[in-house]
Amino acid sequence: MTSEKYLMVFPELCTGCRECEIACSLKHDGVVGYQKSRIRVIRDVFEGIEIPVVCMQCIDAPCMNSCRVEAIYVDENGAKIIDYEKCIGCRRCIVVCPLGANFLNPETGKPIKCDLCDGDPVCVKFCSTGAVRYLSPEEINSEELRLASKNYIKALIEREM
Amino acid sequence: MVLNRKLGIIDLNKNKVLVREIPVELRKKHLGGRGLNWYYLYNSIRPDIDPFSPENVLAIGAGLLTGFPALGAGRTQISTKNPMTGGVGDSNMGGAFGPQLRLAGFDHLLIVGKAEKPTYILVKDGGIEIRSAEHLWGLDTHTVQKAIREEVGDDRAESMVIGRAGENLVAFANVMNGIKNAGGRSGTGAVMGSKNLKAIVASGDIDLEVHDPEKLLDYSLEVDRRARNTKWAKTLGRLGTPLLYDVSYTTGFIGTLNWQYNTPGEDGKPLEAENLEKYSVKMVACIGCSVHCRHRVKIREGRYRGVVTEGPEYAAIGAFGTGVGVYDWEFVIKCNEMANRWGVDLISLGTTVAWAFELFQRGFITENDTGGLRLEWGNENAVLDLARMIVERQNIGNVLADGMLKASEKIGKESLYYANQTKGHPNLLTDERGIPSFALGIATSTRGADHLRSRPGIDLFQLPEETLEKIYGHRIVSDFTAYETKGIMVWWHELLYNVVDSLGICKFQTVFNSANSPRFEDYVPLIEYATGIRLTREELMEIGERNYTTERMFNVLNGFSRKDDYPPERYFREETKRGLPFMKGRKLDREKYEMMLEEYYRQHGWDENGVPKKETLERLGIAEPDYSMLEVL
Ligand code: SF4
Ligand code: SF4
Ligand code: SF4
Repeated sequence: MTSEKYLMVFPELCTGCRECEIACSLKHDGVVGYQKSRIRVIRDVFEGIEIPVVCMQCIDAPCMNSCRVEAIYVDENGAKIIDYEKCIGCRRCIVVCPLGANFLNPETGKPIKCDLCDGDPVCVKFCSTGAVRYLSPEEINSEELRLASKNYIKALIEREM
Repeated sequence: MVLNRKLGIIDLNKNKVLVREIPVELRKKHLGGRGLNWYYLYNSIRPDIDPFSPENVLAIGAGLLTGFPALGAGRTQISTKNPMTGGVGDSNMGGAFGPQLRLAGFDHLLIVGKAEKPTYILVKDGGIEIRSAEHLWGLDTHTVQKAIREEVGDDRAESMVIGRAGENLVAFANVMNGIKNAGGRSGTGAVMGSKNLKAIVASGDIDLEVHDPEKLLDYSLEVDRRARNTKWAKTLGRLGTPLLYDVSYTTGFIGTLNWQYNTPGEDGKPLEAENLEKYSVKMVACIGCSVHCRHRVKIREGRYRGVVTEGPEYAAIGAFGTGVGVYDWEFVIKCNEMANRWGVDLISLGTTVAWAFELFQRGFITENDTGGLRLEWGNENAVLDLARMIVERQNIGNVLADGMLKASEKIGKESLYYANQTKGHPNLLTDERGIPSFALGIATSTRGADHLRSRPGIDLFQLPEETLEKIYGHRIVSDFTAYETKGIMVWWHELLYNVVDSLGICKFQTVFNSANSPRFEDYVPLIEYATGIRLTREELMEIGERNYTTERMFNVLNGFSRKDDYPPERYFREETKRGLPFMKGRKLDREKYEMMLEEYYRQHGWDENGVPKKETLERLGIAEPDYSMLEVL
């Protein structure tokens, strides 16, 4: 499992450009449309908020654990992947995701979530500031990680208020 | 498909809406955004129509590539008959409105008539609704946008709104999106106000299908990386446009105390770009932009404590700094914030305020006109109070709010000499006396004095002539103080900026201030992969020419000609007093200017009076206007 890399989000670097969103929906559905994107930026210029929300691929993933038809599996990159052959669209996984990073595709009624682009995340390539990064364990500096999670939580809390 | 976004025609008199297809043939002739806006307006605004009459038409247009992830392609064009000039009125706005308009199902809107009561237009999921805005009238541009989001129940809804300035028909009122995205420079907000239209709102999520998503992604990434990795974009992404100020005031081309000087010299040091960083929280961007040129700023203590806003841009330093003799970032930030909330073009406002200050200095205006306010250079309160008076149309503010031409008729004809304007349109607070190509650009701009129609920014870099020839396809003299060949350079930039405005791409990601940034040929694959339309570089240039000449024809039909293509008279008469040795003592040479103007007309295929020749119109396929566009209503 050490070959796994992690998709990390650093909201304090996010400029709100949505390039990650647009690229993700283009790659997965060939369209520009945020309801097709697996990464979504909470952007409110009046409140000064830019937070990219994306699946963190939990190890003990609530979405996967809660799925009664075992439609979610782990691929070699550690991504929790939805098997649409099996998915019955009960949307339980959407409800249990603690990050709100499992989204609803209103067209199919089924969930969509980050699949790590087969280990080559397109959102990361388009992000010019490093607000979304794909890092190996060696590249993850604990100080940075602490900052990232602190800011992420802070940003989410501010959003609530 | 990208190309299936619609045209919405809205008549506020009749409370009627029509939805139409946009033929692909029109795309191939005009692209979208600015180009298509002017095709529609050229064919729908008769010359005798007053800008504030219900018959004036407001066109909103998303660029052909608006919404895609590269080159800041998130822009929106707002066009109308300009209340300051009576000719072309045209604004290009960043932010998030354009992409959202497309996701709501539309690319262009044409708005005519005048609503009986305050109104807003909601464009949602392929339909258009006219709604009451009585409860929103009077609100500042930020508050109203937040209220609308609540009302339509979509936290991604984007609005284009007017503030107090637009409601009060201030001739240079803006439309605004977000905190600082302005459809500025042409009184577009005033025209909205004259229609009793408080806001246009876009909401929805209809997928934008593209021709070849895979190739589009690969190519977007390549061209985006190239653009954002230029030295210019990198510095811009760190310092924002204030970076331009440092060169500008040390060299001597920033209008100071209403162009009595061309730099404040050492006095201006506090306004250097680095000094803004202490207020900067982070850099933020428009949709689809990886350059992120704007600061989110916050003032934590002192007189203006608690101000949180975005920007300010280089232009604000001129408008509320050098122009009026205040050299304090906090003051510039405050004024910037006020102007954005009022919804007023801060360049025009600053230039008008600076002009009024000089008129006070020279006795054209007295305390009787200002309600006791002494318009003395460097007086912060006087600047803010006069600005507020203009927006609220009080005292002399009521006169100035009509624009420089009309105001000068009341203040005294000679006062116009001190107004830095062309076609009645106030200039940016730069000083073009030492750079003939810049001077020609502001003077020939179709919307009146303006730096964003053609400014050949790379003129200042003194690049080798081989490099220039490669870019422009013509021999261009490297020396920026020269006149010859500069007409060709201005022509080329007019075409380029028209094309990017029509595509929805940001000018900062073009050959604006960096020779390595993308230009015509780089857009060819983007257009093809996004839309399936294949255009060559030459065809793109021809579209730029067609669109620009259409605007020129609109002006010609409204009475403009060669006589209106001159920079302020002051530039020919008074020498610059300060600056580095090569900038000091410069003024424009009338004879050489005429030569440059003629070269520019020749290059465009216009006659010696600046009127497009018959064969040019034929070559570009520009017909007589038929004015039947809106008769369907
Ligand atoms: S979708 Fe949510 S629950 Fe599932 S792995 Fe991702 S973050 Fe965890
Ligand atoms: S890694 Fe791929 S699937 Fe996941 S958010 Fe980024 S672009 Fe979308
Ligand atoms: S691409 Fe990066 S900077 Fe832009 S919105 Fe996404 S995370 Fe933020």
